[in-house]
Amino acid sequence: MTGAVQASDVTHQYLRVKKRFPNVWCAGCGIGIVMGSIIRAVDKMGYKKDEVVLVSGIGCSSRLPVYCDFNTLHTTHGRALAFATGVKMAKPALKVIVVTGDGDGLAIGGNHFIHACRRNIDITTILINNRIYGMTGGQFSPTTPERAFATTAPYGNLEKAFDPALLAKAAGASYVARGTVYHVQQLDTLIIGGLQKRGFSLVEAFSNCHTYYGRLNKEGDAVAMLKWMKDHALPVKAAAALPPEKQVGKLLTGVLHDIDMPEYCDEYQKLIDSLQPKQEK
Amino acid sequence: MSNSHTSVRRLMQGNEACAQGALYAGCRFFGGYPITPSTEIAESMARTLPRYGGRFIQMEDEIGSIAAIIGASCAGVKAMTATSGPGYSLMQENIGYAFMAEVPCVIINVQRGGPSTGLPTKIAQADTMQARWGTHGDYEAIAVAPASVRECFEQTVKAFNFSERFRTPVTVLSDEVLGHMREMVSLPADGELEVMDRVKPDVPPEWYHHFEITPNLVTPMAGFGEGYRFNITGLTHDQEGFPTANPLEIKAKMEKLKFKITRFADELLQLESEMMDDANVCVFAYGTAARASRQAVYMAREKRIKAGLIRPVTIWPFPDERIRQLLEEAHVRKVLVVELNMGQLVGEVERVAPRSCKVERLNRYDGEVLNPVEIFKRIMEVKA
Repeated sequence: MTGAVQASDVTHQYLRVKKRFPNVWCAGCGIGIVMGSIIRAVDKMGYKKDEVVLVSGIGCSSRLPVYCDFNTLHTTHGRALAFATGVKMAKPALKVIVVTGDGDGLAIGGNHFIHACRRNIDITTILINNRIYGMTGGQFSPTTPERAFATTAPYGNLEKAFDPALLAKAAGASYVARGTVYHVQQLDTLIIGGLQKRGFSLVEAFSNCHTYYGRLNKEGDAVAMLKWMKDHALPVKAAAALPPEKQVGKLLTGVLHDIDMPEYCDEYQKLIDSLQPKQEK
Repeated sequence: MSNSHTSVRRLMQGNEACAQGALYAGCRFFGGYPITPSTEIAESMARTLPRYGGRFIQMEDEIGSIAAIIGASCAGVKAMTATSGPGYSLMQENIGYAFMAEVPCVIINVQRGGPSTGLPTKIAQADTMQARWGTHGDYEAIAVAPASVRECFEQTVKAFNFSERFRTPVTVLSDEVLGHMREMVSLPADGELEVMDRVKPDVPPEWYHHFEITPNLVTPMAGFGEGYRFNITGLTHDQEGFPTANPLEIKAKMEKLKFKITRFADELLQLESEMMDDANVCVFAYGTAARASRQAVYMAREKRIKAGLIRPVTIWPFPDERIRQLLEEAHVRKVLVVELNMGQLVGEVERVAPRSCKVERLNRYDGEVLNPVEIFKRIMEVKA
């Protein structure tokens, strides 16, 4: 219990407590848990509030930055990574974190997502994956599983789902991890890993939308959905020892991909330096 | 590399002049996507910006380009993009974001024929109304229309000035002919043209509101990382930048966006008039169409026709008062609006022209420019 109280004390210092609360999220929503993880990770990294820029698009998850006492930029639907790219390039010393959802980041923002990965620009992206459009009322998203129900898939979803982590890895990200809102301490650690990485990092935070996804797919309330995460999460290290058939239906968690590559802004700075006239002494 | 511009005479293309103007104005970030006939601007910026310590990025599309320049501007760097019709259409949502979030940035639209893919390599002036009403909602737009290579340079500098002064996006409406045309120009030396920078806050962070309703309605603008932490959103927001549903706050925000420009519209006025003192027929034209129009007016004068020319350089906000005044003072009986479209700004002229003045049109929309003889002939028709 003491640990939990201390943790909330840390988050409290970073919230716009007097101004923005109560928040817009449904009771039991996992997004608040991700917000806590981001704040604890930033605190652990020792970043100053002034040097952190939190950028988001549109949707439930993209409402996260407004509650946080950083530089916060709530942009248009799907475009958070493109705005963030401009911020980071203009002032590479800033710590740029993007918060997005599965619809915002992978449907309307899918193009910006793969290209930000490809450039390997030093942005840490937290993709909160609740497998549905929450804010607009439960439509299917690019991560809604095949045959799952949504208000725009009343007979079951005919489309196949993206795996955000695989997509990011294939597109060229340096660091790719997946956690869940049930495994909070792991999520903190994964976000810290993303912040430490010089290059593009994606942390997928698997979350619950019991209001729409849970109700339409009979997965129960927030507690039931968290319990599902507890029961189905499979850490990558454990998975390595298991045959593929035993991994079916599981949610692979942990650091899925981690390599070092030249970072985009660093490379651009080298270009600038190389073009300056030689100083004579 | 030094930033110094010394006055030099050289042969230059309109697109390159836009790029040079941007550098002169202090632009240090460019985000763009290749599109004919604007691409030379991106190419020029890619070559030059890193030499100035600035940064160029080729984004994945025009939506990303405008988003990136808004992001860079929020971080405190003057930023620009350049595009043409289809790209300008794609940018509209985020241009609206820049209006709402009050982020200075410059968009160069080297116009080509449309709608849709239209005529990539041919001229039109058909984005005139899009520059005013392109994005959804209510707002006041600023757009300038250069008519020469030298003006491409000057008006890009002006566009940055207007944008920084009013904390708003500004469009430069160039076109395919202007962008690709080469003219001998003397570029201004350092200090020759005024360069304005955004006003920064001089209050401690705890007193600072990023959208405060100040006496001149333009709030000093802190950048990210400068010690002022605030929220920026495209949602209608209060003075601190937090989303609001309060009718009083919504109304105040909407009026701030409008009145910060309309009340100071005199600062934006740029209009040329020639031989208007005794004119009874007046040609009204802007951008490339004004070049041949001027020649046509000279031809008419040679035939002792009392013709004059009105050429707005700032076309948005539309200079209602000035145009009404010019038409009234000379008792102009006919005003001929010459445009390379099917009739866009003519509606504005009809709105402001005195009742005694009949508004006539000359439009070309086949991808070609109007030549002076065509315009002269039309002057002869309407003057009767």
